[in-house]
Amino acid sequence: MLLNILPQVLVDGLTLGFMYAVVALGYTMVYGILEFINFAHGEIFMVGAFVGTEVLLITDALGALEGMNPFVALFMTLIIAMVLTGALGVLIERVAYRPLRGAPRLVPLISAIGVSFLLQDVVRFTEALARNEFYLNTPTLFTSSISLGGIATIPAKGLIVIVLAIVMMLALTLFVNKTKWGIAMRAVAQDRSTASLMTINVDKVIMLTFLIGSSLGGATGVLFAQNYGTIDPYIGFILGLKAFTAAVLGGIGNLRGAMVGGVLLGLLESLSGAYMGPLTGGAFGAEYKDVFAFSILILVLLFKPEGLFGEAVKEKV
Amino acid sequence: MANMKWKSFKGIPLLVTLLWIVAFAAALHFMEKSVIAFLGILSSIVLVYYTNTSKMIKMVVGAAVLLLIIPLVAGDNRYYMEVASQVGIYVAMALGLNIVVGFAGLLDLGYVAFFAAGAYAYAIFSTSQANEFIAGNLFPLSGGWFWPFLIVGLIVAAIFGILLGLPVLRVKGDYLAIVTLGFGEIIRIIFNNLDKPINITNGPQGITPIPSPELFGVKMGTPFYFYFIVLFVIAFIVLANIRFEHSRLGRAWIAVREDELAAQSMGISLLNAKLAAFATGASFAGVVGVIFAAKQTFIDPTSFTLMESIGILVMVILGGSGSIPGVVLGAAFVTILQVQLLKEFSNFLHSLQQSGIINLPNQLDPSKFQRLVFGIMLILVALYRPNGLIPAKRKKNDVEAIKASKFGQAKLGILSKISQASSGKQS
Repeated sequence: MLLNILPQVLVDGLTLGFMYAVVALGYTMVYGILEFINFAHGEIFMVGAFVGTEVLLITDALGALEGMNPFVALFMTLIIAMVLTGALGVLIERVAYRPLRGAPRLVPLISAIGVSFLLQDVVRFTEALARNEFYLNTPTLFTSSISLGGIATIPAKGLIVIVLAIVMMLALTLFVNKTKWGIAMRAVAQDRSTASLMTINVDKVIMLTFLIGSSLGGATGVLFAQNYGTIDPYIGFILGLKAFTAAVLGGIGNLRGAMVGGVLLGLLESLSGAYMGPLTGGAFGAEYKDVFAFSILILVLLFKPEGLFGEAVKEKV
Repeated sequence: MANMKWKSFKGIPLLVTLLWIVAFAAALHFMEKSVIAFLGILSSIVLVYYTNTSKMIKMVVGAAVLLLIIPLVAGDNRYYMEVASQVGIYVAMALGLNIVVGFAGLLDLGYVAFFAAGAYAYAIFSTSQANEFIAGNLFPLSGGWFWPFLIVGLIVAAIFGILLGLPVLRVKGDYLAIVTLGFGEIIRIIFNNLDKPINITNGPQGITPIPSPELFGVKMGTPFYFYFIVLFVIAFIVLANIRFEHSRLGRAWIAVREDELAAQSMGISLLNAKLAAFATGASFAGVVGVIFAAKQTFIDPTSFTLMESIGILVMVILGGSGSIPGVVLGAAFVTILQVQLLKEFSNFLHSLQQSGIINLPNQLDPSKFQRLVFGIMLILVALYRPNGLIPAKRKKNDVEAIKASKFGQAKLGILSKISQASSGKQS
């Protein structure tokens, strides 16, 4: 009986995992370059979800969503959300992080926590003004689902999450490895001052990092809203924390690690949510799955802080 | 330039401070419960701190305001005493966190977990909740047990602090912040779900009725009594803070905060210093947790969320981490902002709405803007005052004075080398 649900659990875990993976990329990129945890990244994801939902709701209210091809609608939503969240990421960097670049490490972290709280309330405020509530239901674009021989069903929206996540990760990998700007990003991540001596405009590269990382996060927000249907201004924090866990699990600063870590964490969470209850005789149910995720974070940081793919960093003196 | 201007500021004359106190005390007495007057009385403590007079007089005036004037003119008003004891609880918590964040430089985002540990320790054993897992129908305990439980809460929280500290010491900086955040969430989820298989915390329903403290048969259930209990605890914590700051351990913490590697190579045991910081900070939170549980008579996991941890962190950082008067000011300011100013503002807007001047949807109630205000404050403090409103003072040693003292003639150690080097240059 327990094994019957396994394929479904794996499918759900993969969907969740790819979502974590893309958000984790944002953390890992910023960490790779600035060595600081962009706490507000989870909130950028949340803003992406809200922008996407708003675009769909407005198109729907105009009556344009009825006859539109769902792929066109999704594409349009993704583009708008990515542009806006990318700009938001750049703005946050400019206002809250750049002035603090030389400051002790805890100061930008505090500022980032501030930004994340600010964004939560600003979104709540605007939604409350515009719609008089801030728990929104996203119009569903894809309702069909594919049956895998009767043992599991993949909803089309889940499949789209997985495919788009893979596309985004591949595009980012190509960008970082093959283009001039990608090389510049890697150079800045290696050594900021030497890179600047090599005529690399460090400020621009950091801006670009925030732009790309934030727009990926925003796109994932749209996918999240599509997949789960309901959003609120507080979804970003816990999801961001878990995506960060994924980045740490894979080795922070390492793109491949973030992807693997995300998928792994999604699978683990899904499995623990489904099986912990039955295996412990109902004593510890699915409500402990967050405990499970955070315990992984703590254990990884304790015993293998460089993660699965990262290299151990020697202390600089 | 700003520094120069600050130096010429000699402090407020004593007379102005006294006039301020008398004026606002009189206003509070005659104007029948004015919030402004109450804030004026509370802020007179800040004035006392900046008064240009000796330490002794400052202490006497401050103690007189806190122990005599506030209870005399506002003691019969339940609401004021409630606000004052609320402020006190947060001041005490912030002073506890100040040891971890301010002195030892360990950013702890799960601090409220220790507070929860203290609160639950008292709540579980002072209600019939403990009968669920201890046989013999021994509980509930009477309110007289409140006093020993202050110590129990302290010990329980200190154990929690060490348990968290031991594994966490291997990570540092922003990783530490994340790990403690995760730990805080884990504790909250566990308290929220520990109603099965054995019912220990009663889960999301929370525990009630928690008895009020009793002393010699007198039931101390009103905010008036809690005001004094909290003041007593704050006095204790402030004293501990001051004693720690200048102790060997305190200087080790500050060294660890400034540079771990250098501190280690000077012979400071990082493990001991950090563990001591965690345990001390946690134990203060535990004591305050016991008081909080007794004051609310009801606790459930929603009182111990991440927001609370962040709130206390905001207090410490806004006031000035490591600076005791700064932390007191920060905690008082943030609490009053939360419990009073935002509420007053939303009442004001409500009255406007009722008279039909403006139309606001319910969600825009300013009392719900806690996160926005915290966010803006954190960003502004990080950008413009990273050391807080009242930055910590560094104790400076006057080298010339030491050289002139009888120890200055020593032939050994650094001092002799300093004097040799300076005399060598001249010759």
